Amino acid sequence: MFTLAKDRSQKGKELRVVMVESIEAAMDADDRVVALEADLGGASKFTNIQKSHPERFVQCGIAEADMVGIAAGLSVEGFRPFTHTFGPFATRRCFDQIFLSGAYAHNTLNIYGSDPGFCVGTNGGTHTTWEDMALMRSIPGAVVCDPADETQLRWIVSEFAATEGIHYIRANRKDVRNVYEPGSTFQMGKGNLLVQGSDVLLVACGQLVSEALDAAEALAEQGVSCSVIDMFCVKPLDEELLLSEAAGKKLVVTFENHGVIGGLGDACAAVLAESGCGVRLIRHGVKERFGQVGTPAWLQKDFHLTAEDLVNTVKEGLA
Amino acid sequence: MTDQELARVANEVRRGIVTGVHAAKAGHPGGSLSIADILTYLYFEDMNVDPADPRKADRDRLVLSKGHAAPALYSVLASRGFFPVEELETLRHIGSRLQGHPNMNDTPGVDMSTGSLGQGISAAVGMALAAKHWHEGWRTYAVLGDGEIQEGQVWEAAMFAGNQRLDNLCLVVDHNRLQIDGSNEEVNSPMPIADKFRAFKFNVIEVADGNDMAQVREAFQAARAHKGEPTCIVAETIKGKGVSFMEDQVGWHGKAPDDEQYAQAMAELEAAGKEL
Repeated sequence: MFTLAKDRSQKGKELRVVMVESIEAAMDADDRVVALEADLGGASKFTNIQKSHPERFVQCGIAEADMVGIAAGLSVEGFRPFTHTFGPFATRRCFDQIFLSGAYAHNTLNIYGSDPGFCVGTNGGTHTTWEDMALMRSIPGAVVCDPADETQLRWIVSEFAATEGIHYIRANRKDVRNVYEPGSTFQMGKGNLLVQGSDVLLVACGQLVSEALDAAEALAEQGVSCSVIDMFCVKPLDEELLLSEAAGKKLVVTFENHGVIGGLGDACAAVLAESGCGVRLIRHGVKERFGQVGTPAWLQKDFHLTAEDLVNTVKEGLA
Repeated sequence: MTDQELARVANEVRRGIVTGVHAAKAGHPGGSLSIADILTYLYFEDMNVDPADPRKADRDRLVLSKGHAAPALYSVLASRGFFPVEELETLRHIGSRLQGHPNMNDTPGVDMSTGSLGQGISAAVGMALAAKHWHEGWRTYAVLGDGEIQEGQVWEAAMFAGNQRLDNLCLVVDHNRLQIDGSNEEVNSPMPIADKFRAFKFNVIEVADGNDMAQVREAFQAARAHKGEPTCIVAETIKGKGVSFMEDQVGWHGKAPDDEQYAQAMAELEAAGKEL
């Protein structure tokens, strides 16, 4: 059960700190949990795990493909590995290794790709990923999560650590606004209906859930009633909730810090189209662009991923 | 077992390879025949394995990083009793447990799924790391092709294994000098192989004839005794070894014999078996 945060303007802890704390908690609960880094332990704070659990930390150096292969070998022997590097290097760079040494071989990999989309900041285009969820969704059986806040991230890590399979989690390294009260729990593969409305359905994931809630409030003031779903688990997708909330709406808008190809929008598009429900969908995300240099806030604006951009999309869609 | 007894088994393993690839009408006989002696020695003499308990915890592991040599691994495993030898005739057939490349979830005795070159070695490193973590004495082997070591991931894994001093890891490079598009030299020479692995902090053992059981035995015994560094055995082998028209022929990397060629190959191996 989840409870919405009393104060949505408050930010939680840095998500990288929450990630490290969550992995350490999983390590304390289960001696099969191990952590692997590819020389970004300072950026991810995985160096804290190196200090707290040195015997279960593996520094692989700048060798992402090898890191995934080593993690797969550890999984063969019963370990539950967590790997970290920046989102593009965690997925794009070593996709074949994840696919074959990981998934095809029925191994367990918990892959943490940090700073997705606009979170990348001034590292620029080479370090930007708008396609990590698309890649990971294409792997048979993979679970793909984009947590809305600290509380949800903590819960997802504990779930991943307790189950076998290929699990991907993407998250800003920095702090984000709270959506949930601490202690909230969720269900893997189930979306959360945060606001119930009558005109439009907004389906968001990741830290953009907060923006979607802002947009819903702004739209309500302008007489447009919105439902808002936090679809943190992009795969497997909660088709039932999506279809039940889409029913009778004038418009569905998906909203993601990701490209429109292969992410949340495409996942929802397939379900809505195949159901024949006939409700119009707009996929609000990044279209045919590479990343570029900017602060996260500037990039969020430049890639049209603010609450204001979402409000405009909804209004244009209803016009 | 004596070298001669092992050589007899290796000869039977070769018959299984040829039988499987012929029945499949596809597959990789050349690089399978070149490692028949090495795999036979490992599974019949060196490695602690139990066909009745393929996943037993303290077994030695082997990752066939050059996964396309699956016919050799299958033939050795069948000869060792992991599954019936007759099953080799189902190689690459629909519904068979014997895929074109090894699948750990299908085939008893296969320790890791491989086929995309360069990946097996990293998994082997992870497995060796697990044994070190638990202070377990079992060993991990990874068999690589000489063409395969053109993959960058091989050197990522080698750098890590050398730095971690994984002396429970033993690599084998099957140096038969040929790959699909020609000789190693023509395609993209990996030479000098031994010096490269030495530079990556490996104990390197060069075997002048990797198809000679006495030399194979000597190399693996020395590898097992070596502490403080991982070992890489660079074995000079002959691609297609044991079948006259396949030997040292690049065209037999990935081609199945027709019925006539199959009959000739089996006759040659039968004659060789009698001499042993």
